Amino acid sequence: MAATLPSLSLSGVSKSFTMHLQGGIVLPVVRNVGFEVHPGECAVLSGPSGVGKSSLLKMAYGNYAVEAGAIRIRHLGEMVDIATASPRTILEVRRDSLGYVTQFLRVVPRVSALDVVAEPLVARGTEVETARARSRDLLARLNLPERLWSLPPATFSGGEQQRVNIARGFITDHPVLLLDEPTASLDARNRQVVIDMIGEKKAAGVALLGIFHDEDVRDRVADRLIDVALFAPEKAA
Amino acid sequence: MTSEPLLRVTGLEKMYGTRVGCRDVSFELWPGEVLAVVGESGSGKTTLLNTLSTRLAATAGRAEYLMRDGVWRNLFDLSEAERRLLMRTDWGFVHQNPADGLRMTVSAGANVGERLMAVGERHYGRIRSTAVDWLTRVEIAADRVDDEPRRFSGGMRQRLQIARNLVTHPRLVFMDEPTGGLDVSVQARLLDLLRGLVSDLGISVILVTHDLAVARLLSHRMMVMKDGLVVETGLTDRVLDDPREPYTQLLVSSILMV
Repeated sequence: MAATLPSLSLSGVSKSFTMHLQGGIVLPVVRNVGFEVHPGECAVLSGPSGVGKSSLLKMAYGNYAVEAGAIRIRHLGEMVDIATASPRTILEVRRDSLGYVTQFLRVVPRVSALDVVAEPLVARGTEVETARARSRDLLARLNLPERLWSLPPATFSGGEQQRVNIARGFITDHPVLLLDEPTASLDARNRQVVIDMIGEKKAAGVALLGIFHDEDVRDRVADRLIDVALFAPEKAA
Repeated sequence: MTSEPLLRVTGLEKMYGTRVGCRDVSFELWPGEVLAVVGESGSGKTTLLNTLSTRLAATAGRAEYLMRDGVWRNLFDLSEAERRLLMRTDWGFVHQNPADGLRMTVSAGANVGERLMAVGERHYGRIRSTAVDWLTRVEIAADRVDDEPRRFSGGMRQRLQIARNLVTHPRLVFMDEPTGGLDVSVQARLLDLLRGLVSDLGISVILVTHDLAVARLLSHRMMVMKDGLVVETGLTDRVLDDPREPYTQLLVSSILMV
């Protein structure tokens, strides 16, 4: 591992929220975060709720602003700093290099589950039919009933939506994948499928950074735990 | 990936006498990019849209546009004839009220065909078949081609207005509250349609809306305006999920959740 260059690297990352509607109180989240994730490795963020694990993933995705420090993602052979990149660059990095699976699916009206999953491939220029074929494979593997594939996921159950989300996140071969509780509302059988899929991503050299509250899942996918509590802001700050 | 923007706006200002319409607006718009301009009534977002589309005269600043021939031109230096040509061919303007962008007493087909004729198409059969093709793309049945839009529902009228705008393959489309007066279910259909067309055709869009859900669904980047000034700008999901400025926090926290 030591010989490879990291695919994801955080250094000196700090974040706080200023709540202007609550008299400008400042809520510090994390301070001076630094770690690296290498190709083929699954690093898991640990620590109690509210310690800033999800915020770190959102910052790495460019969804939350970064106050200080750098979050570098390997993109087309170069390291791009998400903290300072332009919106246009962040969208390009997301399209080609950086995937993100959340617990919740943001549904787009009228788009079928099949196309929701195929979309990241189509956005990268894959033929629609090829992308749909790949989408079918993943939905079948995640045991989503075939009668649901042509329907928009808005009315799906939590577990069904989550599987659509997982398929969408795993369909590309992005070198960096962020996972926020991807197995939270899944049954044992589908949890196992996701564990296998994570293993395949590792074997393919993808760098994964995730949050897993389920200890069993965590033990089976994690190569390394990163204790986010170590980056807690000092109480005095 | 293209290395040049389509539009470069610097220090744009529009005063109405001593009252500020919009001020100090600077940004770049790239090919294929959808920029949402959000804010409440009176924030200057519509003034900005009308000034950029040269429907209003700017009082200061520049808006340089990369013309089809590859030459950069300041929009405010164009002649009247050049402006009209741009509006008829390379630009589209989708109004909130379709009646403002359509001719209500000529057929749907003629509404679409008229734009084609403006770019020099003269062959009746081709004009008609292209018109029918575009009506189908916006989900209006081909057998409605000879009907006048005043016989259409609000949602259909809006889809027709979109077809009329897109038929000439514009590179830049201005949209002013395009889903404004529509029922929610009709809105959803229109949004989905717009989203597909914009990404398939690679059009750049400047979208004015007060509806943050519309902005989230359609736009890549977002500009928040208040009292004529841009108060926050950034990637759309970043601005909505981690708003930094007091006014943006107020806007985002005011959304009703369903």
